[in-house]
Amino acid sequence: MPAKTGTYTLISSTTLTTTTATVTFSSIPATYTDLFLVVNPLSTNNRDVILRFNSDTGTNYSITFVSGYGGGTPAYSSGRTTNQGFMYADYYGPSNTSQSVRQINIMDYSNTTTYKTAIIRSSNATAYPGGGVDAIAGLWRSTSAISTIAVSLSADSFLSGSVFKLYGIEAGNP
Amino acid sequence: MTVGSVKTGAVGLSFALDNNYMEPIATTLVGSGGVNSITFNDIPQTYKHLQVRAITQSNRATYSRDEFVIRFNSDNGTNYSWHEIYGSGSSISAQNETSVNRILGQDCVGANGWWGNAIIDILDYTNTNKFKTVRFLAGLDTNNAGASGYNGAIVFTSGNWRNTDSINSISIVPTQGSAWNQYSRFSLYGIKG
Repeated sequence: MPAKTGTYTLISSTTLTTTTATVTFSSIPATYTDLFLVVNPLSTNNRDVILRFNSDTGTNYSITFVSGYGGGTPAYSSGRTTNQGFMYADYYGPSNTSQSVRQINIMDYSNTTTYKTAIIRSSNATAYPGGGVDAIAGLWRSTSAISTIAVSLSADSFLSGSVFKLYGIEAGNP
Repeated sequence: MTVGSVKTGAVGLSFALDNNYMEPIATTLVGSGGVNSITFNDIPQTYKHLQVRAITQSNRATYSRDEFVIRFNSDNGTNYSWHEIYGSGSSISAQNETSVNRILGQDCVGANGWWGNAIIDILDYTNTNKFKTVRFLAGLDTNNAGASGYNGAIVFTSGNWRNTDSINSISIVPTQGSAWNQYSRFSLYGIKG
């Protein structure tokens, strides 16, 4: 089974220099198998990072999540959202004082047969309240190939210094 | 400590990604009619770790989700154990099995139109001095509309294979359904040390 030369390919990278409501990756090539989006967000009000695909604002998104934050009661939880107009990429939103990370895997994004799914890990180092670690299974009920990803906050703007990187992941030979 | 990219000079999380640390080895996209199991054989021994990225659906009837089982080197003995944190979408729990013939991915495979995801890391797979360990994050979401009330779930799992052999074969099978459905996809990657 010979290895195929290849790796993550950086499609686009943005580091904000001004406060920005939405960062959009458009004209995403359909040549990869999965997408991997890394977001290091900064915000003022701990609002959640949210995703929309192909400018779809319809109620076609949902998630199932598990989350732990270590403080308060309960110290952990699991839940779901249904029929929302966006996909949550965290349960605990970012702050303006601590870099946090969302690692968003969007699987089989270019196929036109299945609904699109994502698996997401998120963490905030901020002390409670606001800090936490999350894992999310996300669903976009559309069979369209994903060509655009919009990253926003649920009710806020990203601060200068927020970083967004989109990678394409190539699969091996059949 | 910060780690700089030797390739780009950049500093930050994306250091590894920007330095070609992961290479695709093989992929299987299930065709019409499905397949009973996915097996990667003759895995190159030239990487530090392995990763399997999968989108999964089984032919399990009636319910909207299934499970998967991982085994190595065709070992069906009771040489495996696993622990998990399990989110049902309404509560958290933890499970484990010891001295069993499988590492289980519980309730994270799709069925009846729904799709699951899994990202499975197999660590130090060529090391012949220690038992082999696995971790994975896997799950699915059904918009709370799953068949028979079986909805999304997400698991974070660690697994152990009590064998010091180098891993040269990985098999992944559904537990309740008898086959992987068409369009299920399993991709194997090698991660450099």
